[in-house]
Amino acid sequence: MCLALPSRVVERLPDDQALVDLGGVRKTVSIALTPEAQVGDYVIVHVGHAIGLLDPEEAERTLALFAELEASQAEASQPTGAAT
Amino acid sequence: MKYVDEFRDGALAQQIGARIRAEAQPGRDYRFMEFCGGHTHAIARYGVAELLPPHLRMIHGPGCPVCVLPIGRIDQAIGLALERGAIVCTYGDTMRVPASPWRAGPLPNARDPLGGPDAQRQVRGLQDSGLSMMKAKARGADIRMVYSAADALKIARQHPEREVVFFAIGFETTTPPTALVVKQAAQEGLKNFSVLCCHVLTPGAIAHILDAPEAQQWGDAVALDGFVGPAHVSIVIGSAPYEAFARDYRKPVVIAGFEPLDVMQAILMLVRQVNEGRAEVENEFTRAVSREGNHAAQAVVAEVLELRESFEWRGLGEVAYSALRLKPAYAAFDAEKRFGLNYRPVADHKQCECGAILRGVKRPTDCKLFGTVCTPDNPMGSCMVSSEGACAAHYAYGRFRDMAPPRSLPVAAPRGGSGSGPAEPDPRQSPELGTCGACSAPNQIPT
Ligand code: SF4
Repeated sequence: MCLALPSRVVERLPDDQALVDLGGVRKTVSIALTPEAQVGDYVIVHVGHAIGLLDPEEAERTLALFAELEASQAEASQPTGAAT
Repeated sequence: MKYVDEFRDGALAQQIGARIRAEAQPGRDYRFMEFCGGHTHAIARYGVAELLPPHLRMIHGPGCPVCVLPIGRIDQAIGLALERGAIVCTYGDTMRVPASPWRAGPLPNARDPLGGPDAQRQVRGLQDSGLSMMKAKARGADIRMVYSAADALKIARQHPEREVVFFAIGFETTTPPTALVVKQAAQEGLKNFSVLCCHVLTPGAIAHILDAPEAQQWGDAVALDGFVGPAHVSIVIGSAPYEAFARDYRKPVVIAGFEPLDVMQAILMLVRQVNEGRAEVENEFTRAVSREGNHAAQAVVAEVLELRESFEWRGLGEVAYSALRLKPAYAAFDAEKRFGLNYRPVADHKQCECGAILRGVKRPTDCKLFGTVCTPDNPMGSCMVSSEGACAAHYAYGRFRDMAPPRSLPVAAPRGGSGSGPAEPDPRQSPELGTCGACSAPNQIPT
C-alpha cells in the first residue's frame, strides 16, 4: 500500500485540491502537503495526497548515471562485464 | 509513463546487474535488507534477484504496513464495528488481514477449530479460524474501504447520527493525511469522527532490528551489511533520520525509489560502500528525497500526533518509540479514548511464520502453510495480504522460479503434481538457513 506514482499537475483547484494526470487518467488529489506544487509539476501521489514533488533535473541526473554505465560497458565490450 | 518507464529499462537492468556481479567480491557475503515492502514487491516482480550474484542476498524487512499490524488492532477495529455499531473506514489491504480466532464468534469452526477428522474439513477449520474485516462486513459490520483519509471524513459528515472511525495504519507516508483530517475535523467541530491511530515509524523499527536479541540468537542469518532505505517514507522524513544508523551501527543505507533500476542501482551503491569499508547514508532517489524531507507534512504531523512510548508490531513485539497517537488536545478524536479501548495482544497462528519473516530470519518458503493453506485469496498471516508482503510477493512472482532447475541445466525437470504445489527454496540462495522439512516435503493438504 506504499506504492505511489508520479502524476502531473494539470490544474490547481480551490481548497488545496489539484487535478492531476496519471498516464492519461485524471484525478483530483489534495495538495495540502505540497502547497508549492504548480501546474506542470510532477507530484508523487499517495492515498489521495501529493506527498512530495519530483525534481526533473535530479531525475535526469539519475538517468545520466545509468547512461554512463551503458557507455562504459559499451567501451569494454569484448570480455563482457559479467566476467569477474 | 513519464518518470516510470525510464526506470524499468530491461537492458539497463542487465547492465547494472553485470556491474554488481563484477564488483561484488568473491569470498565475501553481502546481506542487504530492503526495509520497504515496495522494494520487496519490485524485487519479486521484476526478477531483480535473478540478476544478483549468489553471494548477495536480499532480506525482506518489516516495512509493509499491513504486515506489521498486530492482530489485536484488527480485533479492536472489528469490535468497534460489530459491537459498538460504528462505521469503520480503512484502506483496502487492511480488510483481509486475519483477526484473532476468538473473534470468529459462535461458528461451529470456532468451537472446534479443526472441524472434525477428515482432512478437507481440517483445512477449512484452519482457514475459517478467524474473522477479517472483510468477513466481518459480510456478517453485517459496517466496514468501508476508503482510498484516502479524506473519504472517511466525508462519510462522517454524511452520517452525523453515526460514529465514524478511521482505522489509520501505515508508515510516515500515510501519516500526514491522517493528521490533516483530524485537524480538519477539529476545525469543523465534528462530533462523530475519530481515528484509531496505528501509525508506525521507520527509524524505531530499524533500530529494533539492529538491536534485537535475535540478531545474536540467529547468528549470521540476520547479520546485515546494509539497508535499502525507504522511498516514499523518505520523501516525508528526509534522509537525515538514517544518519544515526550509518554512524552508530556502521551500516550503510542507500535510499532508493521503487522502480527496478532504482533498487538495482542502490544495491550497486551498497556493494561499493561495503567494499570500501564505508557506512554512509546515500541517496539514489534524489528526484524525490531531500535531506530534510517535506516540511509541510512534518508540521501537520507534529501538530496533531505525538510519540507512543511503546507499540506492538506484528513479528517484532513491543517496540519503543515506534508509533504515534493523537495529542491530548485532539483527544476527542482519538478512538481509543472515545471508546475506552484496551489493547489486548494476540499471538499469531502457531504455524504462521510471519514473525520470523518480518524479522528477516526466515523466508516465505520456510512456512508450512505457504502456497497450500495460505494463499493471497485466503491469507492465514499478514505477509500474504498485501502485494508488498514477503509471502504475497513470493507467491505472485517467485514460486515458479523456485521450482525451475538451476539455470546451468539445459533441460527442464519434470514438475510433479499441480503447478501450485509447495515451493522449494531458491537453490542459489540461503545455504545458511538450510532447508526445513516443510519446504522439501510436499504438503499433502489439498487446496
Ligand atoms: S505463508 Fe506467510 S503469511 Fe502465510 S502463514 Fe506462512 S508466514 Fe504467515
